This record gives sequence, structure tokens and C-alpha cells, in this order.
Amino acid sequence: MKRKAKKKLLALKKQWQLQSMVIPGIVWMAIFCYIPLVYLIIAFMDYNISVPLFENEWVWFKHFKAFLTDDRFWRSVRNTLGMSVLKIFIGFPIPILFALLLNEIRNEKFKKMVQTISYLPHFISWAIFGGILLNWLSETGIINQLMVSLGFQDRAILYNADPDNFWMITFLSDTLKETGWSAIIYLAAIAGIDPGLYEAADLDGANRWQKMWYITVQCIRPTIAILFILAVSNCLGSNFDQIFFMKNSANMPKAETIDLYIYNMGLGQGRYSFSTAVLFFRSIIAFGLLQLCNFVSKKLTGEGII
Amino acid sequence: MKAKIKTKRKYKLFDYVLILIMLLVCFLTIYPMWYILVNSLAAPDVASLGAVAWWPSALSLDAYKVVFQNEYIVSGFLVTIGRTVLATTIHVLFTAMVAYGMSRNHLIGRKLYMKIAMITMFFNGGLIPNFILMLKLGLYDTFWVFIIPAMYTFYDMIIFISFFRTIPESLIESAKIDGASEYTIFWKILLPNCKAVIATIALFAGVYHWNDYYQGVIYIRDRSLQPLQTILYKLLAESSMTTQQQQAMLALGGSTPSATIKFASMVVATLPILFIYPFIQKYLVKGVMIGAIKG
Repeated sequence: MKRKAKKKLLALKKQWQLQSMVIPGIVWMAIFCYIPLVYLIIAFMDYNISVPLFENEWVWFKHFKAFLTDDRFWRSVRNTLGMSVLKIFIGFPIPILFALLLNEIRNEKFKKMVQTISYLPHFISWAIFGGILLNWLSETGIINQLMVSLGFQDRAILYNADPDNFWMITFLSDTLKETGWSAIIYLAAIAGIDPGLYEAADLDGANRWQKMWYITVQCIRPTIAILFILAVSNCLGSNFDQIFFMKNSANMPKAETIDLYIYNMGLGQGRYSFSTAVLFFRSIIAFGLLQLCNFVSKKLTGEGII
Repeated sequence: MKAKIKTKRKYKLFDYVLILIMLLVCFLTIYPMWYILVNSLAAPDVASLGAVAWWPSALSLDAYKVVFQNEYIVSGFLVTIGRTVLATTIHVLFTAMVAYGMSRNHLIGRKLYMKIAMITMFFNGGLIPNFILMLKLGLYDTFWVFIIPAMYTFYDMIIFISFFRTIPESLIESAKIDGASEYTIFWKILLPNCKAVIATIALFAGVYHWNDYYQGVIYIRDRSLQPLQTILYKLLAESSMTTQQQQAMLALGGSTPSATIKFASMVVATLPILFIYPFIQKYLVKGVMIGAIKG
């Protein structure tokens, strides 16, 4: 027994260099991943940052009860789901459509150029893209100028101050920014289709639409299915960079998603325990959702998403 | 052969419609950048009449002079550059180093280490626990809050591991026989053979650090430590910022309208990305594909 341990120690000593490469990583994970997990228990406490963690008073489910009876919490759930539904049911097919249309372009150079340009906005920060958007939507912005000059409006509207516009604004701007980037994965899937299939279809006299529908779409179906399930499993999240930039005190009733609610309660109002309770609750539901979606994905496509 | 058949086919109406749609997409994509560029270049008396849609009738670089004299924007620019370079370098080297250790089958405790790393993918503390951690570690309101928490990601480590495994074992073994240490092998054999992956991971990390404004909002109070994008966020969006503060930020403007200055600062923050974009875009696409295969 002792000998075995000694042998192991010797082997360990022999590979100390290798160990010294991995252990800093493990220490990093312990600090930056595991300690925050421990801090999640403040959801069950009345946490005071100046008191050592375990000396805080345990209040168990007090904060959970508090937010579950808070209308503002449910409002944030509604906003999150509302924006997700827009994104999943209307936004999801757009990159697929774009990829299919782009694939029909015959001139390779033009195709490549369009593709390269189309994913450029993905690399522009929301601090800038949002800045442009706010300018366009402002009272003197080009959208008002356009609408007034075309006769759709008789005077300028403060678009971003009206809560009812918020979901649409975020949806459209997100589509504008991310469509090209999201299409990459479909384009790659299309590029992987065996050209023999198209040649065979040509011989059978299939027209362009038939080839698009019966070959291209059918061949990328697994990709579509997996990405769709992934999108659904993500429905409790929101594009925080975007929403945090576009929100203001006027549109808050429709802009506050769960993420933003956690931010406003936690860092805005300093209610650490309360907002950690929301976070904890959201994580558990999201994890359950991910497992469920993974199960569904395995049943439908034979492949898991995780 | 196939290409020949294709070019022989006649262009139909649909092809022209398609080209038109694609040109429209390109226009929608480029126009926002064009818009900030022309508006930042508009001469003061043109800009004061309202936003320019296509091309200003008179040009001026005044706004850029103001921007480069503005201490808020200059310090933000320096913080952003420093953060991007340092965080990216450290992230790539640290993650690759851990990945190299993890990729060796004879590493004692490998399975346990992998489990520890795996769990971090599914569970994380989230906003408040992380915030408290940064406070307790003393990273809050320091430059290092951009660097140290971003040193490692599980995802990038997995990508590195899978690429390190494609390097023939014999290459590593023969280096060992020659008396090379693990560090030498990592530095002289592994890294030079994985340049494409390193470039891809570095680019994604770099773009993230260049574009991120949110970390600066949460963790930095000291204005001189705020990255450029955070300064821009405060200038362009934050409703809590009083007009007085905004005016202080734009004070040097003189006759230049504040809108023009805002546009000029947006251009300054975007140009570096636009300049390197044509050179890096093939790596970026490669990066997505690596992710797609792994995910």
C-alpha cells in the first residue's frame, strides 16, 4: 500500500512540469468559477457584504417568496419570453432564407463579397450600433425624416420612448446586425451537400425551386433542427448588451427582461440576496429547459445539443 | 465541369431579383457605418441643420481634433488598446498551456481535472456572485478586472486540446529524447504548429475585448480606467447622465456640434475593427466552423 503511494508520488514528481501547467488552470477555475457558485447561497440569506459569508442570517426562501409575488418580476418574465418568441418564431427562419438565396447566386465572387459584407455588423460593438440606432430613432433622426416626407406620419415621433415599440426595435436591429453571421453555419452545411445530388436532379429535370426545397432544405434539416432547439432552450436569456443600451426610463415597462431585472435589483438597488435569488431560480429553470431540449433533440434527430 | 454548365445557363429574371436583394442587404449593412462616417465629417454649419443622409455639402475634420484632445476619449482609447492586447495574449497563452497539460494522456489526475473543468461549462455564479467576488479579490475598479477573469474559457481549451491531439506523438517523443522539457515542447513544437487556431481564438478574444462596454459599466468607477466603449455608452445612451456631464465631456467642442463629436468618437472606436476586418474575416469564419464541429 505504502509502496504504491510512493510509486505514484514518484510518477507525479517525474511529471511535475506537466502538473505545473494544469494546476494554475484548476486554481483559476476554483477561484473564478467555483467561488461564485458558493456565493449563490446568499440567495437564502440576508447578505451584508461587510459581514463574513457564513455569519449572515439565514432567511431561507424569504427572497424567493418576495420576487415570486412581485409584479415587476412577472413583467420581466413576460418581456423576456415576448422578445424570445419574436426571435424564435419570426427571426429564426431569416438567416436560413438568406443562406438559401445567397446559395442561388451564380457569380462566386459576388456571392463571397455579399457574404463577407453581411457579417460585418456582428463585429461592431453594441455601444456603437446602439448609438447609431438611437440617433436614427430620435426626433430629428432619419427614420422620422423618412416617415414624415413619405407622408406616413404628420410629425416626428419619439420611437424609443414608447414602450410598445421596444420589442420590435430590438428584434429588427438584432436581425439587421446578426443575420449574416447566423447564416454562416447554414452556408457551411449547404457547402457540404454532395453535388451529385444536384446533378442527379438535373437529369431528372428538376427546376430550381424543386432542387432548393427537396435537396438543399432537406439536407440541412438536422442543422436547422439543432439550432432551433438551441434557440428554444435559450429563451430565458436575452441579448443583454443590446437591451442594456437601448433601455431608458420611459421604455422600461417593456424593456426590462429577467437579466435586466437582476441587474436593476442587484447592482441598481443593492439588493444582493434578492437578485441572487432571482438568478438562482432562473438558472434552475434554464438548466431544466436545456435538459428537456436535449432530450427532445435526441429523440428527434438522434443527436444531443450538449 | 460543373462550373461550365452553370455559366452556360441563361440569367433569368429571378437571378436579377436575387442580385437586387443581395445588393439591398449589402446596403443595409454598410449604410450605418457610412452614416456615422459622413456625419462625423460634416462641417459645423452643415451639421447644425440636422443629420446628413448621404454626403455633407461641406467637410471638416474639426470633430476629430476635438475627439483626440478629449481626455475622456483618449484615456478610454488607451485602456481599450491595453486591455485588448494584454487580455488576448494572456488568454491565449494561459488557455493553451492548460490545454497542453490536459491533452497529455499520461497526466496523473487527468480525469478529475477534466471533470472539474466540465462542470464550469454548465454552472456559473452569474452577475451578483461574480460582482461580490471581484470586490472581495480587490479587482473591482482596477485594470486587472478586464484581464484576470478573462484568462481562461473551457470552450477555447477544448478547441486547443483537439488541435494539440492532431500533432503526431512521435514529434513530441523525439523532442523528449533530445532532452526538451515540457515547456520547450509546448513553446517550440505545439504553438508554432497551431498558428491558425491561435489566430482564430485570439481574434475572437480580441474583438470581444475591443467591443465590450458592459464590464466597464459594472466593474469600473474610475473614469480614467473606463474603456472607450464604456465612455461611448455613457455619452450615447445612459439616461442617468445629466446634460451637464455630457456637456463636460464635449466641452472642448467650441463651435462643433455635439452630435458631430459623438459621431467622430464612434468612428474612432469602429475604424480599427473595419481596418483589420478584411484580413481577419477568413479566420473568423473558420472559428465558427470549429465551434460548430465541437458544439
